[in-house]
Amino acid sequence: MKRFFDAELETFRSQLILMGETAIEQVRAAMKALVESDRGLADRVIAGDDRLDKLEVEIDDEAVRYMNLRAPIASDLRLVIVGMKASHDLERVGDEATSIAKRAIKLSAEPPLKPYIDLPRMATMALEMLRDALDCFLQVDEARAIAVCKRDAEVDNLNRQLYRELTSFMIEKPETISRAIELMFISKSIERIADHATNIAEEMVYLSHGRDVRHSEEVKKVTSG
Amino acid sequence: MAELPQVKPVGTRPLASAPPATPRNPAAATAAGAMEVAFEISGFSLWYGASQALHDVDIRIPARAVTAIIGPSGCGKSTFLRALNRMHELTPGTRIAGELRLFGENLYGPAVDPAVVRRRVGMVFQKSNPFPTMSIAENVLVGLRLNGVRDKTVLQDRLQESLRMAALWDEVKDVLGRPGSSLSGGQQQRLCIARALAVQPEVLLMDEPCSALDPIATAKIEELIHDLRANFTVVIVTHNMQQAARVSDRTAFFYLGKLIEYDVTRTIFMNPSNPQTEAYVAGRFG
Repeated sequence: MKRFFDAELETFRSQLILMGETAIEQVRAAMKALVESDRGLADRVIAGDDRLDKLEVEIDDEAVRYMNLRAPIASDLRLVIVGMKASHDLERVGDEATSIAKRAIKLSAEPPLKPYIDLPRMATMALEMLRDALDCFLQVDEARAIAVCKRDAEVDNLNRQLYRELTSFMIEKPETISRAIELMFISKSIERIADHATNIAEEMVYLSHGRDVRHSEEVKKVTSG
Repeated sequence: MAELPQVKPVGTRPLASAPPATPRNPAAATAAGAMEVAFEISGFSLWYGASQALHDVDIRIPARAVTAIIGPSGCGKSTFLRALNRMHELTPGTRIAGELRLFGENLYGPAVDPAVVRRRVGMVFQKSNPFPTMSIAENVLVGLRLNGVRDKTVLQDRLQESLRMAALWDEVKDVLGRPGSSLSGGQQQRLCIARALAVQPEVLLMDEPCSALDPIATAKIEELIHDLRANFTVVIVTHNMQQAARVSDRTAFFYLGKLIEYDVTRTIFMNPSNPQTEAYVAGRFG
């Protein structure tokens, strides 16, 4: 039986999807600003973070209102709880995108250390993880969510590899230190974005069947290495 | 749920023989965005004999919205509800003080006919009470017939309209001749709502309408209340906090005959001003 307040839950879900799309777009734009040394685009990313901050507040406010006035049970309750947690992860993704954009502005003042290949590759992987995790809001797919957790190890490995490379650069050519450090921070940001995607994926598993897989062997094993 | 037909206040008699001092304009608002007030109540008190049941209640209940009245047993919420259509007068020895206006008209004016009040302000009770010897159709139309309506077309139209508004038409349209008591509990309650709606009231009072119903029947009544607010002012007494939170726009908390707090429902249930309100809605009262 359809209830008059079901539409509120659908709107809540739509807001989450919108926030997810906005966060993905912010990261994509920040990486484009880096690769193309586009300061204007970087500025727009920084200004655009406001939208994600507002969405987090709106989503949390609606979650609290819904829990207070509709007393949701079972999967409705799990959706509201997961929505609050995911909005926090997505807001942090937005902050990482802003951080990348700020560093892109700094880096645009000098020629790149080397062609940007690894960082965009990492970013693509992190964004695919985020996309797969968020798609579970449209159609819950536990297997797909767990697969996201597995891919986090790859991003971690790439991050560690880049650190080693950049460290070598800095030792050999001290004049590259300031640029290398910015790139290390960007790599760290992308690694954090992948972590947030993993968090959201774990939340999707909870949404699907109420199983809390955080810190469990199911996800721990596959991310070690 | 079927779309509600537009309610036309056909044949509404004034409360007193003289025309009302401030004619009601359903579309009026005192300023853009201001709520239209159905009940304006000030300094209202009520006694059952020597015992005072309501103390100096001041409240403005909005039109075409749902207002919930909550509070512990004995707080005066049912008494207050009954005062809105002078039902308390059926108990001997009651008296009131203060003012109670419906769309600007004093309900307790000296020339006011209580029967007319009760037609404009209908009531549905906790225990559904279809007239046992009457059919479903006769139950719905009894109010109209008592008011002298004989035209078969009007009766038929109003029968269908009321049963549709009460979300019962599809379930009973082929069995209108069956006794009202042959329906399930939830259906009987919707029949009583249809009966109240048939005389085209402006207000529907509901005294714990779902207390005797199972969750599915309760959900159907709540959906009905949600739809009715487009055209009717609804005041509902309920001891089910979650129901009050779900269906109402504003909530009034009564305790020991006093109105303790009255605000938009979200505020009452999220951050009430009064600690007694907070204790009650959080289940820590007593």
